[in-house]
Amino acid sequence: MIALSAAALASLSLLAACGDDSGPPELVWYINPDPNPPDGFPGAFGQAGIAERCSNDRYTVRTELLPQSATEQRIQLLRRLVAEDSSISLMSLDPVFIAEFAAADLLEPLPEDLASELSPATLQGALAGATWEDRLVAAPLWANTQVLWYRKSLAQRAGLDMTQPVTWDQIIEAAAANGATVGVQANKYEGYVVWINALIEGAGGSIVTDTEAGPDASVDIGAQAGTEAAQVIRKLASSSAAQPDLSVSNEGTVLGPLASDAGGFMVNWTFAYNNYAGGPVQDDLGWARYPRTVAGEQSAPPIGGINVGVSPYGEHTDLALDAVRCITSLENQVTYAIETANMPARQAAYDDAELREQFPADLLDLWQESIDTAGPRPPSPYWSTIVNATLSRWHPANEVDPTSTPADSASFIEDALKGRVLL
Amino acid sequence: MSTETAGAPPRARVTDRSRSEERLAWRLVAPAVVVMLAVTAYPILRALYLSLFQYRATAPDDREFLGIDNYVTVLTDPLWWRDVWNTVLIMVVTVGVELVIGFAFAYVMWKIIFARGLIRTSILIPYGIITVVSAFAWQFAFSLNNGFVNGWLPFMDSDFNWFGQHWSAMTAIMVSEIWKTTPFMALLLLAGLSQVSGDMVEAAQVDGASWWQRLYKVILPNMRAAIMVAVLFRALDAFRIFDNIYVMTRGAQNTESVSFLTYRQVIEQFELGLGSALSVLLFLSVLLIAFVLVKLFRVDLAAARRES
Repeated sequence: MIALSAAALASLSLLAACGDDSGPPELVWYINPDPNPPDGFPGAFGQAGIAERCSNDRYTVRTELLPQSATEQRIQLLRRLVAEDSSISLMSLDPVFIAEFAAADLLEPLPEDLASELSPATLQGALAGATWEDRLVAAPLWANTQVLWYRKSLAQRAGLDMTQPVTWDQIIEAAAANGATVGVQANKYEGYVVWINALIEGAGGSIVTDTEAGPDASVDIGAQAGTEAAQVIRKLASSSAAQPDLSVSNEGTVLGPLASDAGGFMVNWTFAYNNYAGGPVQDDLGWARYPRTVAGEQSAPPIGGINVGVSPYGEHTDLALDAVRCITSLENQVTYAIETANMPARQAAYDDAELREQFPADLLDLWQESIDTAGPRPPSPYWSTIVNATLSRWHPANEVDPTSTPADSASFIEDALKGRVLL
Repeated sequence: MSTETAGAPPRARVTDRSRSEERLAWRLVAPAVVVMLAVTAYPILRALYLSLFQYRATAPDDREFLGIDNYVTVLTDPLWWRDVWNTVLIMVVTVGVELVIGFAFAYVMWKIIFARGLIRTSILIPYGIITVVSAFAWQFAFSLNNGFVNGWLPFMDSDFNWFGQHWSAMTAIMVSEIWKTTPFMALLLLAGLSQVSGDMVEAAQVDGASWWQRLYKVILPNMRAAIMVAVLFRALDAFRIFDNIYVMTRGAQNTESVSFLTYRQVIEQFELGLGSALSVLLFLSVLLIAFVLVKLFRVDLAAARRES
């Protein structure tokens, strides 16, 4: 007994020693995985590099890696925050999850001065994705968008004038007539809903509106715009321009076919540029604004990216809010963009000389324009319910029927939001 | 199991010694019982309780008592029945195939004379591989981009997407499941085979029984208990299939199992109430399968485990 309590005392004093460890407090920043650094890259890369540069004598920032898929990132962060995990100070969040986190009070609103500094300096599209109920609840670190990537030689063979806006019909026909393919993301995951949403927004509609009403949001996927979107999906899925792995395709699987001899078209995020830069197809690689759903109506490119949020349950909320300032600073956004091809959320960063040297000027302009005129996914606290309900009716792409799928999915999403059906 | 059915000893024989032995036995198992109650009984009861509520973890304040409404929602939903059908199908096909291949493996391991250790080890290797790893390996094998299955099967189109349709995706999942767990089945059957007395088989041979007759009339009836244990274990495992589906299709192409459905409600949707109702139903299904199998094989489990 005596030996036991002595041991307990000893371990207690050890614990105490750990607690008042000298040195500044540590802020743990949960980050999404960055691309692999190039061979021989010196020092810390990507967000780990930012963490290193933002550590100072008041606090150190340490990164902790989240899973690869956005869905899994959401699950892990949400589960920890719901349990009031005090070990998270900062987190990298996909903009589509901001509404859910903010509505559940799991994000510390940014202080007035930081918010008013960020608002005018940040691209509108990125800012919207960090706002909930008119308050800035996270700071945009970088903004992502999709453009149409294509092989110049193929467009020329097909006689497509790529200086003018193109429609989905045009590129599908051009690819099919020349034995090439159109790469899209249509696996049963968030990325497929990104495509569906962009098609619907491009036809002037939305999957849902009035999302602040939560479960009573208005479900509009069954309207005309939904039918237009389904027609594009149907057309591609039943055409020879569809890649054979269409139903399991993602951002990675479409990279290969574009570089193949057959070539083709592909919609993909900004990171795709780094995949081809310096490679054999670099000179033949073209880019244009996201294709139009209907001729004559401007397209609505997808928008993504990462916002940095502060947990209300972390031990040093004030220090974490201070660290956000540094993490999302202009310099860090530029460095991060050069390293990863994930584009800055701040307007001024696009004028940076080093960034303009790294990426073609017209591409930078296209990205900036895309972000500012994007058709974001509707910010709803029930977004993951909407995604799963949509996927259950729109996947696989080759079974989408423009006459029934949109209406059918509308009533299913409604039932799912009201909790009347299993998802 | 129960002492009553085995015939209770006469009361007169309860001595001081046996009574104190019994007390000691209770004291010895007490820690285990407490741990079991804490880690098994409590979560089960908690799930039962939660299943009566509308309860979303991200909106804990909106918790609402529903009674059995969650169960009604689940049992009247076509998705639940579709997933039950998928799960039963996977269970029946995989256990059936595993039983046949597993028996062949067990027979080989039993009869083999040369390189016995080596052959037994190689047969058991797949079972030593983590299910997630085996699922990834098979996913890559069937994958259109970097797989080899299309290339190896002469009648397959090289552009065939295994995960593009329901039946081919189910096949891929079942192949992975069978590959991974057949060794386990073989191991359990080998235990049964080694219990079959060599004298009996020899006697049958002397009496002129053919190989098939010896197998059907002597060997199989004598290892009924082992077959029952093997089928029971594997059936319960197969009914709870999750890893392969999670890795290979994520439930796409209608390949979702009951476990995966439960996972999606609890973990992805944070619907603790509905998800708990699903896990209670999953638990009851497993119980039902165990009951049916035990009845079907008419085997006393205690006897199968060689308890007196």
